Amino acid sequence: MNYRGPYRVRIEQRPMPEILHPEDAIVRVTRTCICGSDLHLYHGMVPDTRVGSTFGHEFIGIIEEIGPLVTEVKIGDQVLVPFNIACGRCNFCKQGLYGNCNESNSMASAVGGIFGYSHTAGGFNGGQAEYVRVPYANTGPTVIPADMDPDDAVLLTDVVPTGYQAAEMGGIKEGDTVVIFGAGPIGIMAARCAWFFGASRVIIIDHIDYRLEFARNYAKCEAYNFKSMEDPVVFIKKITDWYGADVCIDCVGCEAEGNALQTFTGKITLMQAGAATALQWAINSVKKGGIVSVVGVYGPPFNYVPIGNVLNKGITIRANQASVKRLLPKLIEHVQAGRLNPKGLITHKVPLEEIADAYHIFSAKLDECIKVVLIPSTKS
Amino acid sequence: MENNNFDYKNIPGWGLDIDERNEPTYPMKNYTGDDHKRLDYEKPLQQPADVEILQSTERPTLSAVFGNASPPSGLSGVIRRYAFKHSEDRYRHWIPLIIADRVNAWEGIIADLRNGVIPNILAERGWKSELKYNRAGLTKKIVITGVISLLLLSYLKRKKR
Repeated sequence: MNYRGPYRVRIEQRPMPEILHPEDAIVRVTRTCICGSDLHLYHGMVPDTRVGSTFGHEFIGIIEEIGPLVTEVKIGDQVLVPFNIACGRCNFCKQGLYGNCNESNSMASAVGGIFGYSHTAGGFNGGQAEYVRVPYANTGPTVIPADMDPDDAVLLTDVVPTGYQAAEMGGIKEGDTVVIFGAGPIGIMAARCAWFFGASRVIIIDHIDYRLEFARNYAKCEAYNFKSMEDPVVFIKKITDWYGADVCIDCVGCEAEGNALQTFTGKITLMQAGAATALQWAINSVKKGGIVSVVGVYGPPFNYVPIGNVLNKGITIRANQASVKRLLPKLIEHVQAGRLNPKGLITHKVPLEEIADAYHIFSAKLDECIKVVLIPSTKS
Repeated sequence: MENNNFDYKNIPGWGLDIDERNEPTYPMKNYTGDDHKRLDYEKPLQQPADVEILQSTERPTLSAVFGNASPPSGLSGVIRRYAFKHSEDRYRHWIPLIIADRVNAWEGIIADLRNGVIPNILAERGWKSELKYNRAGLTKKIVITGVISLLLLSYLKRKKR
């Protein structure tokens, strides 16, 4: 996959990736996904997204080559590769903050390295390819259990951990009402995972009817279209007995719709790092003393959010890139026990060669698309 | 509007991960105290820098590993080098990077033409799928673009006279 500029990608033959560090591995990709956050790159919203880059931070594959210091995986292992590139030994990794590794991104200090996610996230080529270089192969790649469906495994690299962590960071208490903004794959997964923490009511808000219907069935939650409401914040107050939700989760990020001023300043004129509509609604819809959890992706400069209300309501905001490695044991258990069905999110399987169409289908939300999996021709 | 028409406790896994000790929850709970040692931790071996890597001014050194995709080049590279003279706190870091990205897209087209490749921009934008799944929308886009182009052309023609 080769990024050529906003809304333009194509397939191109590239040289094989090489081992550049003794802890590297080369993985032959067997499944890779397009993430909702890849669309921010595709739309040109993330600074330092260079032409010629390969996107893709959700992939599984087979270890083809390892560096001399790799001991935790071997050639031929089928592995799922967390989207975070993490050394496993800096202070942040040791605290379980694998998304904040200090030794994987030279280009920015705020975020650790991420596969195929611009030079702001380290300048690594990603997994929407036949082969990919995987640094720190002793830390990230995890052998896929023999009985696990590869379609489930590929969604454990990002979607499931991010959705789960969104719910986890909400600090949900038994009986809580949880409101989730965004019915994309992450929002749907966050809604599903909110039940694990004892929520009594899970509500998802979006503006695309087919996604709301999907969320209603998949996550057993209430689902509402904000376009049918005069004011989403008043709506949420009203359906929570004029109290506010206990927990609000932003699973939308920088390309939200629903507020003309946010859209104009964030998406049209780029006067802020994307439209922070969902975060604004989350802050204003949560109860006093409530928790707002943020996993939606925003650009680095800044956003207009009602920080005064955060102070006045005593809100706790928790946010981070998902710490995939930390969560994998628990999530693999949930999948194996049949409590989670990640592959149920997949609506489209597309050959890697048709990546331009796959991006357009996902971006334009054509053909009732929820989640796209790309299959390279070298998978077998 | 209360969601009380089903027993949510029957949802597979409901309440399984309730943990009273899980507060404050991630990312607060695994604090080790090592932060006070700052950067004094066991460092991985350093990846050799064989291409130009632009380094954040908020870091003392390169990270132990880094990506080597698309090193800076051309006019966009000049703009990116300027951006990286400034910290991530500054607009003069981020705005030039966004400008560089747009310049880079044009550089990509020029590079293609130089290599004898005419970029198939419609295919790169996935218009095959637009044709398949959104024919009405595509027709609308073409008609609107056509009408605007015609109006613009006739305006310019009139102005020329």
